Amino acid sequence: MALISIEELYKSFGNFRVLQDINLEVEKGEFVTIFGPNGAGKTTLIKILATLVSPTSGDVVVNGFDVREKPIDVRRSIGVISHDTYLYHELTAVENLRFYGQMYEIECIEERIRDVISRVGLAHRRNHRVGTFSRGMKQRLSIARAILHNPVILLLDEPYTGLDQHASAIFDKIMQQLGTEHITRIMISHDIERGLELCNRAFILNNGSFVNEVTRDKISSIEEYRGVYEHLVTGEQ
Amino acid sequence: MIVNHALYIAYKDLKTEFRTKQMLNSMIIFSLLVIIIFSFSFADFLTDQDLITMVAPGILWISFLFAGMLGLSRSFAGEKEEGCLDGLKLCPCERTSLFQGKVISSTVLMFIMELFTIPLFIVLFDYTITGIPLLVLIILLGTLGFMFVGTLLSALTVNTRTREILLPVLIFPVLIPVIISSVTATSKILTGVGFANITEEIQILVIYDVIFFIVAQLVFEYVIED
Repeated sequence: MALISIEELYKSFGNFRVLQDINLEVEKGEFVTIFGPNGAGKTTLIKILATLVSPTSGDVVVNGFDVREKPIDVRRSIGVISHDTYLYHELTAVENLRFYGQMYEIECIEERIRDVISRVGLAHRRNHRVGTFSRGMKQRLSIARAILHNPVILLLDEPYTGLDQHASAIFDKIMQQLGTEHITRIMISHDIERGLELCNRAFILNNGSFVNEVTRDKISSIEEYRGVYEHLVTGEQ
Repeated sequence: MIVNHALYIAYKDLKTEFRTKQMLNSMIIFSLLVIIIFSFSFADFLTDQDLITMVAPGILWISFLFAGMLGLSRSFAGEKEEGCLDGLKLCPCERTSLFQGKVISSTVLMFIMELFTIPLFIVLFDYTITGIPLLVLIILLGTLGFMFVGTLLSALTVNTRTREILLPVLIFPVLIPVIISSVTATSKILTGVGFANITEEIQILVIYDVIFFIVAQLVFEYVIED
């Protein structure tokens, strides 16, 4: 059974249809990247999976839980990493993680904090206020926050925004480590090169619908895929 | 448990606030300034006890509510930075715990501000201190009513660009029963009357608080959704 299952999903804001006839199945341990231009509906799709936005119609099941009927169980199953870090600048790294750990009712919380903060390489800054961190460090701490409760699914919403090359490389390394733990990942991105590098399957979302789906092994080169993307999104060859 | 989650949120808010004191300092200074400005404005009438008895309770509540507005407008707006509001909404708990947590933290800040304001008010308006338990009761009920409505509307306006303007415009008409009852009861208490003379105001405040607490529990989930 798929870990994430979306069937005939539609989402409208008023009369404006953002998503239409979305169907998607993601298996355990898969890394799926969804590309698309601004306004394609990528963030709305992630927000629906994260229970932040309700679908207008269709079925969305995450880890066996319907997003409308069991939103709290869905939230317990997922971790979200976004361009926003969801971190409080006035609190230290440990205090931020402790707060989220309490909200997720994690047992042995201090031990878990020590573990995740070491994994993202921030043990030496654990008692420093987040406001003093660089953008890359905040994003690494954001990964620690997202994996604190051992989610089975990670939703990544443009996680590379504002990261320099070094910070992006560290981020990729952590993502690859998470892949070895069979954590299912769905990422939305504009960055075709980086998105393809990590994924098993890639989708192109345009005007609220999937217009292309391909497995990574079918993509012979990034340039070729970029050509397909530009053709489908802008009509250029 | 909802209550636990609410307490975690309130503790986090208060810890953040006591570390920066951005909001608390502004609220205290603003409320003290209101009391001082009004006491100077009415300096010529301070010997006329009847006149002061009529206007001073209103001045006290104006200082409470206007200073409280400063805190309320930042209650949810502060969570928008770095997307923390979404971070809270992603937590596996009932969304009403977010409302309750915000009410608790905002109420604590409001009480601290009131603790600073009341002594100055008593000194500048030359009141003798009588009926303190009743005054505390009225301030508690009035503040809770303000916080239940204010926190709900603060969440409602958090995604609007003009929230600082919109929030007071929305909140004060809804607060009229709280303002009138609190001012009337405070006025009576400061003239030295007992509990029996303010039961009507207490009833209105209790009913108002209960209604808006329940309403907030029922609608907050929809108010906070994107």
